[in-house]
Amino acid sequence: MIEAVLIGLAAGIVAGLLGVGGGTLFVPALTIGIGLSQLDAEATSLLAIVPVALVGSWRQRVYGNVDLQAAVALGVLALAGAAGGVVIANAVPERALEVGFAALILFVAGRLVWRALREQPRPS
Amino acid sequence: MPSRRTLTLAAIGTLAGLFSGLFGVGGGIVMVPLLVLWLGYGEREATGTSLAAIVIIASVAAAIHGAYGNLHVGDGILVGIPAVAGVVLGTELQQRISTKAISLIFAALLVVVAGDLLLR
Repeated sequence: MIEAVLIGLAAGIVAGLLGVGGGTLFVPALTIGIGLSQLDAEATSLLAIVPVALVGSWRQRVYGNVDLQAAVALGVLALAGAAGGVVIANAVPERALEVGFAALILFVAGRLVWRALREQPRPS
Repeated sequence: MPSRRTLTLAAIGTLAGLFSGLFGVGGGIVMVPLLVLWLGYGEREATGTSLAAIVIIASVAAAIHGAYGNLHVGDGILVGIPAVAGVVLGTELQQRISTKAISLIFAALLVVVAGDLLLR
């Protein structure tokens, strides 16, 4: 249980620092720390993400870092996209998708590193 | 005719949802780097906007799971409360580090997620 609290804290820090929900850490906190099944952990993780994202985006809004109109568009379209993703997941071999997506995000990681190391520091 | 920016934004949202539906990874993994690389958002603006979009995505997804009875509300609160403290710390920390550092740490997160997918 103490693991669950500590991993929760770490998940929140990652969420605030990187603008992600933190599910990557919430799910193991709930399966390993508390003993939930994978499905229940994924569901409960989404519930925990709601207040985290709400407070995180409110803090960022104070700093002028939230494009609210874009966020609403992204959120609504992502819901439609997720429905499509579930359909595809049931039609295509899972392993091929996982390897393809892993390759894609490694490419994106490379682009981010390239861009970060190449550019001049900008005033913040 | 919608502008090029609107179409790109639509593509990013759809891709973020598609990949979360496919792999159960959060939309932020997709939205943050694409807002930076395709639309020229600053790192802080990309992460702030991504978090606001996640409020919508996670609320609806959690409600659907709730309808199926998969939610453990007490356990969600147990990890959620320290995480809310964490997100306040994380956003404060983010205002104090360089945008270059944010990009590099994000790239490290992407490598971890890719490794997790490959080892499934």
